[in-house]
Amino acid sequence: MFENISNHLFNQEELKQVEYHISKYPKKMSAVMPVLWMIQEKFGWISIDSMKYVGELLELPYEHVLGVATFYTMYFKKPVGKYHLQICTNVSCMLCGGDKLFKYVSDKLGIKNKEVTSDGIFSIEEVECLGSCGTAPMLQVNNKEYYENLTLPQVDELLDRFRAEASKN
Amino acid sequence: MTKIILKDIPDYHKIDVYVQNGGYQSLKKALGMTTDQVIDEVKKSNLRGRGGACFPTGLKWSFMPKGNDKPKYLCCNGDESEPGSFKDREIFEKNPHQFIEGTLIACYAMGCKAAYVYIRGEYWKWVEMMEVAVADAYKKGYIGKNILGTDFSVDIYVHKGAGAYICGEESSLMNSLEGKRAYPRVKPPFPAAVGVWGYPTTINNIETLANVPDIIKNGGEWFSKIGEPKHPGTLLFGVSGHVNKPGVYELETGIPLMDVINKVCGGVKDGKQIKMVIPGGSSMPPLTREECLTMKMDNESLKAIGSAIGTAGVIVMDEDTDILKVLKRITKFYYHESCGQCTPCREGCGWMLRVLDRIDRGEGRQEDLDLLISVAENIEGNTICALGDAAAWPVKWTIRKFRDEIAKKIPAHKITLPVLNKVHGVRDYEGYSTLKRDNENEVVESLMGKVQEELNDESVRYSG
Ligand SMILES: Cc1cc2nc3c(=O)[nH]c(=O)nc-3n(C[C@H](O)[C@H](O)[C@H](O)COP(=O)(O)O)c2cc1C
Ligand code: SF4
Ligand code: FES
Repeated sequence: MFENISNHLFNQEELKQVEYHISKYPKKMSAVMPVLWMIQEKFGWISIDSMKYVGELLELPYEHVLGVATFYTMYFKKPVGKYHLQICTNVSCMLCGGDKLFKYVSDKLGIKNKEVTSDGIFSIEEVECLGSCGTAPMLQVNNKEYYENLTLPQVDELLDRFRAEASKN
Repeated sequence: MTKIILKDIPDYHKIDVYVQNGGYQSLKKALGMTTDQVIDEVKKSNLRGRGGACFPTGLKWSFMPKGNDKPKYLCCNGDESEPGSFKDREIFEKNPHQFIEGTLIACYAMGCKAAYVYIRGEYWKWVEMMEVAVADAYKKGYIGKNILGTDFSVDIYVHKGAGAYICGEESSLMNSLEGKRAYPRVKPPFPAAVGVWGYPTTINNIETLANVPDIIKNGGEWFSKIGEPKHPGTLLFGVSGHVNKPGVYELETGIPLMDVINKVCGGVKDGKQIKMVIPGGSSMPPLTREECLTMKMDNESLKAIGSAIGTAGVIVMDEDTDILKVLKRITKFYYHESCGQCTPCREGCGWMLRVLDRIDRGEGRQEDLDLLISVAENIEGNTICALGDAAAWPVKWTIRKFRDEIAKKIPAHKITLPVLNKVHGVRDYEGYSTLKRDNENEVVESLMGKVQEELNDESVRYSG
C-alpha cells in the first residue's frame, strides 16, 4: 500500500496497523488521529518530520497534519520528560487540593508548567479535568495511568519510585 | 431505588456474565420489531439525552431519513470533558455491553451502517476496556455481519480523542472523526441531514444509549414512570468537591439534592455548611445554599430557577470556599478550550478571565462586576456552538448570586492608569500589582521595560 514512500519511520507490522486504522473509516484522512497516536507511542513525541511522514502515508498535505497535531493538547510537539506528570487543577480537584499538589510537585522538582528537569526524567503539566473529580486530587502519568486520591507523602513516594526506575534503565 | 445501568452484579462487564443475566436479549427482541416500533418505544419512554442538553432521544432518532440509499452513522459521545463529570467512565468500566447493546438497537432503529464510539484520549484505560468489550461482542456475533441470523449488519469502532474539550460538542466531534481540527460547524444543516463525512448522523451520549436495552425489554411506559415524569429514569450523578463520600451514584430523577448530599454522599466534609453547589458540570448556573435546600434533581426543577441538570456532575462547595477563585478557574478552563472560531467566545473568555484575575489580585474596579455580566451577555447566543454559553453562564449567574461576596474583594478607590491599556496583551503580569500612586512614574517605566522584554520573548507570549 505504501510502496511509493522511500524513507519509512514505521516497520512492516506498524504499517499493517496503519492500514487497519485506514480501513475503519470511509475516508483516509480520518486515520490521522490514530496514526499520530502511533507516532507518539513510538517516539514519545511528534516531530515535524514525523508529521510529514504521516502526511505521506495518508496522502494529506503536511500542513493539514500540523493543524491537527497542534489542535489537540495530548500530542506533544516537543519532547517531554521520561515521566510526564499531568496534574489536574480544575474546579473539583482544586476544592480538594489539586492546585496545591501542582505547586508542591513544581517546587519539589524545580520546574514550571510544561518544563522538563535537567536530567530529563520529569516534566509537569497543569491539565484540565481528567474525569476523575470524585477521586481528587489526582495526576496522570504519560497520558496513561491515573493516580487518584493522592496525599503529599504518596506523591513523594511516587516520585522516588519513578526516579529509581529511571536510573535502572 | 431502580437501577438500570449500575446493576449490582459481580463481573457484569464480562460478556459471559452479561449474557447469563439476560444480556443481548433486548437486541434480539428489537430485531423482531419494525424500526418504527423501536423508535416509538423510545419515544414512549420519554428518555432524554444524558449528554447535557436533555433532548428527547426518540424524537432525535425520528429525524433520521428513512431508506438506506445513503450510509447513515451513529456517533456515541464519550468525550466526557465537562469539569465535574465522570460518569461515562463508570459505564465503560462496569457495564460496557449494555452500552454496546443500546448502540446496536439504535443503529437498527435508524438504519446506521456503523457506530463510532468517541472516547477522550485521557481515558486510555477505558478506551482499552471498550476495545476488549467490542472485540468480545464481535466474536460472539452480536456485532458484524448478519447479526443473530438476521439481515442486519453493523460495525462498531472505538475512536480515541487527543485532549480537546470541544470534541464533546457534536459537530466538532464529527470534524474530529473526519481527521480535521475539531471546529464546531454552523447549524443548520443539522447532523441528521448532513453529518459525519456528509451523511445523515445521530449523536448520542454513552449513558443515553446504555438506557435503551432496558427500555426495549420492559417497555417505554415502564421507564416513563421512574422518577420525575417530565424527565424520567435514573441519572448517574457524579458528586465531587466537599462531601464525605464523593463518587458516581445511580439515582432516580427528582431526588432532593439534600438527600444526594446527606444520605448518599455522607454529608458535607467536616460538618460544614454548604455555600454553593454546581448541579451539572461546571457550565451550569450554580445554586445558593437556600436554593439547595428545596431543589429536586431533574431538569425541569432546575430550569425553574434558571439552571439545568447538564451532565449531573454535582460539585459541592462548603462555607469556606472562595467563590471568586472557583469562578476564575472555571473561566480559565473555557478560555483554554475555546476553539477560537468566534470572536465573542475567543476574546470574551479572555477578557472575563483577565477581569476576574484583577479582582482576585485586589485591583478590581467598581464597575467590574457589571462589566463581567455585560461581556458574558454579549457572548451568550452570539456564537457558533454552545461553548460560548457554557463560559458565559457561570460568570453571569455566579456574580448575580454571590455579588456581595465578590464585591468585597474590590477596593473602594482604585486608580486606573491609561498605560495599562498598552499591556493588555500580556497575561499574568507580575509588576502589575506594585502600582501605587506615590512612585507611579518609576513603576510605569520599569513596567514598560518588562513588557517590552516579554514581548520579545516568544516563550512567554505563547505560553498561554
Ligand atoms: C462545548 C460542548 C461540549 C460537550 N461535551 C459533551 C460531552 O463530553 N459528552 C456528551 O455526551 N455531550 C457533550 N455535549 C453535548 C453534545 O453536543 C450532544 O448534545 C450530546 O452528545 C447529544 O447526546 P444526547 O442527546 O444523548 O444527550 C457537549 C456540548 C457542548 C456545546
Ligand atoms: S463558541 Fe467558542 S468553542 Fe464554539 S465554535 Fe465559537 S469559538 Fe469555538
Ligand atoms: S476536576 Fe480534576 S479530574 Fe475533574
